[in-house]
Amino acid sequence: MFNKLFPNVELQDMITATNETLYMTIISVLGTLFLGIILGLLLFLSRPGGLWENKFLNWVTAAFVNVFRAIPFIILILLLFPFTDFLMGTIRGPKAALPALIIGAAPFYGRLVEIALREVDKGVVEAAKSMGAKNSTIIFKVLLKESMPALVSGLTVTAIALIGYTAVAGVIGAGGLGDFAYFYGFQRSDFDVVFVCTVLIVLIVFIFQFIGDILTRSLDKR
Amino acid sequence: MISIKELTKVFHTKDQDVTAVDHLDLNIQSGEIYGVIGYSGAGKSTFIRLLNRLEDPTSGSVTIDKQEITSMNKNDLRLARQEIGMIFQHFNLLWSRTVKDNIAFPLEIAKMPKEKREARVKELVELVGLKGRENAYPSQLSGGQKQRVGIARALANKPKVLLCDEATSALDPETTDSILDLLVDINEKLGLTIILITHEMHVIRKICHRVAVMENGKVVEQGDVLDVFLHPKRPVTKKFVDQVMGDPDQDHSLDLIHENYKSGKVLRLHFVGESTNQALISELSREFKIDLNILHGKITQTQKGAYGTLFVHVEGDQDEIERAQAYIQDTSVEVEVIPNVQ
Ligand SMILES: Nc1ncnc2c1ncn2[C@@H]1O[C@H](COP(=O)(O)OP(=O)(O)OP(=O)(O)O)[C@@H](O)[C@H]1O
Ligand SMILES: [Mg+2]
Repeated sequence: MFNKLFPNVELQDMITATNETLYMTIISVLGTLFLGIILGLLLFLSRPGGLWENKFLNWVTAAFVNVFRAIPFIILILLLFPFTDFLMGTIRGPKAALPALIIGAAPFYGRLVEIALREVDKGVVEAAKSMGAKNSTIIFKVLLKESMPALVSGLTVTAIALIGYTAVAGVIGAGGLGDFAYFYGFQRSDFDVVFVCTVLIVLIVFIFQFIGDILTRSLDKR
Repeated sequence: MISIKELTKVFHTKDQDVTAVDHLDLNIQSGEIYGVIGYSGAGKSTFIRLLNRLEDPTSGSVTIDKQEITSMNKNDLRLARQEIGMIFQHFNLLWSRTVKDNIAFPLEIAKMPKEKREARVKELVELVGLKGRENAYPSQLSGGQKQRVGIARALANKPKVLLCDEATSALDPETTDSILDLLVDINEKLGLTIILITHEMHVIRKICHRVAVMENGKVVEQGDVLDVFLHPKRPVTKKFVDQVMGDPDQDHSLDLIHENYKSGKVLRLHFVGESTNQALISELSREFKIDLNILHGKITQTQKGAYGTLFVHVEGDQDEIERAQAYIQDTSVEVEVIPNVQ
């Protein structure tokens, strides 16, 4: 039945491609989380009236975030070729896609982090100050903790965008479902392959969304 | 205990400079509940935030328990703040933490080990009457309960001073009273000095020992609550006193009294911080052959006893009435004959 409907689909190839997509997504989500939190914190803390108020730092971070958010992902990959080669020792395969994925997504997530932090009640930060909290305590135990639901839902949105980016990364032969759909499906006119790849990607997106929603809800005690 | 000298805060905004607190001097004694009252924009919040330097002063000094807060470096200030509790109008609890963990937060900041922390939190939960609600999240609590968590949290590190910025302004009258009772309770139990900001004279009347009236960043009048109630000097103060003592029916009532009581005498009794003469009326009717008829009045309770005015009609033998009057004069209740009767 399956073989009749999808004569060109090899199960083993599909599993490999799915694994590559998952690998790229998960590692790049982790990288984006880390870098995005740092960028978001820098943006938020260096603002006028912030804990580390600093015009220069604020300007530099904002410039970095805005520039990298403005570059279309496909161009970012090409632009980062030399950097990727230097960092990863290769410009092909799932690993090679990671720098571009993370640098492409982190500024976006950084902005979401900044927005989330701005939503934290100023009064609560003030209360922590009045108790004699250090800045590090305020950052980790108040700001990041209180904005957790927004940080997670923002990460969910970013992760789903990243799944899309992994497919685009196919152009450098990054592997994964997007790559597979293009080279083995589209180019050979085996549209059943394209179709199965699409279903798998949609499935992955749904799973990420589902997990993200559950996490957000369980964290939100407001 | 707390000494404030020439304290000034100027906010520089784009189009103007605002002097929120203006060369303010104040001394607050250990163990007292000190109220600061003023209308919106008087600079009350700015003033209290200067005390623990949530706002840095433009000039002047604040000394709490011999430590000069205003000259401290960042780290000393952090440590000093651990000994100054603060509660807020909007409670400012961490919604991601349970009641228990909210109360434990200042203890974490002070690096208290976990086992000790748990024991201390338990004590505090009992002190503020929240037993059984330890594991609730703030969103599951009423306003009054939230403020109790705020108070427990502020007391966690056994502070010497508690700062309250409009701590009851977001609560209904009944809940306000229960929170004020709690504040009096901890003031007595722990000997805590409390500084309390409000725009409601009712709050001052109910729990404060002394009061300062603020206007345009300055203290325009201060003293014992009862003195301020009895002899308000400034127009602002009079307005505030009227908030609780104001008796809009009094004039109308007096007119009716004049019409209706053509014989006997109408006396005005002024109670000024009475605690000993509260049974005065029953004493009078027992000791003298007179009939007493309560006509009109308003008596309120302050920390220093009853305060207010009572109009009574006295019927009886002329001499007997005069003897009763003399008797009252020997107590601390002020008495005055309302003319125009007879
Ligand atoms: N951060 C700030 N920047 C500029 N001006 C400020 C700032 N904070 C307070 N002010 C000004 O200082 C004055 C006193 O404000 P403050 O909040 O201390 O008044 P308040 O007595 O607490 O009033 P309310 O009863 O409304 O809380 C006001 O004119 C206010 O506009
Ligand atoms: Mg205020």
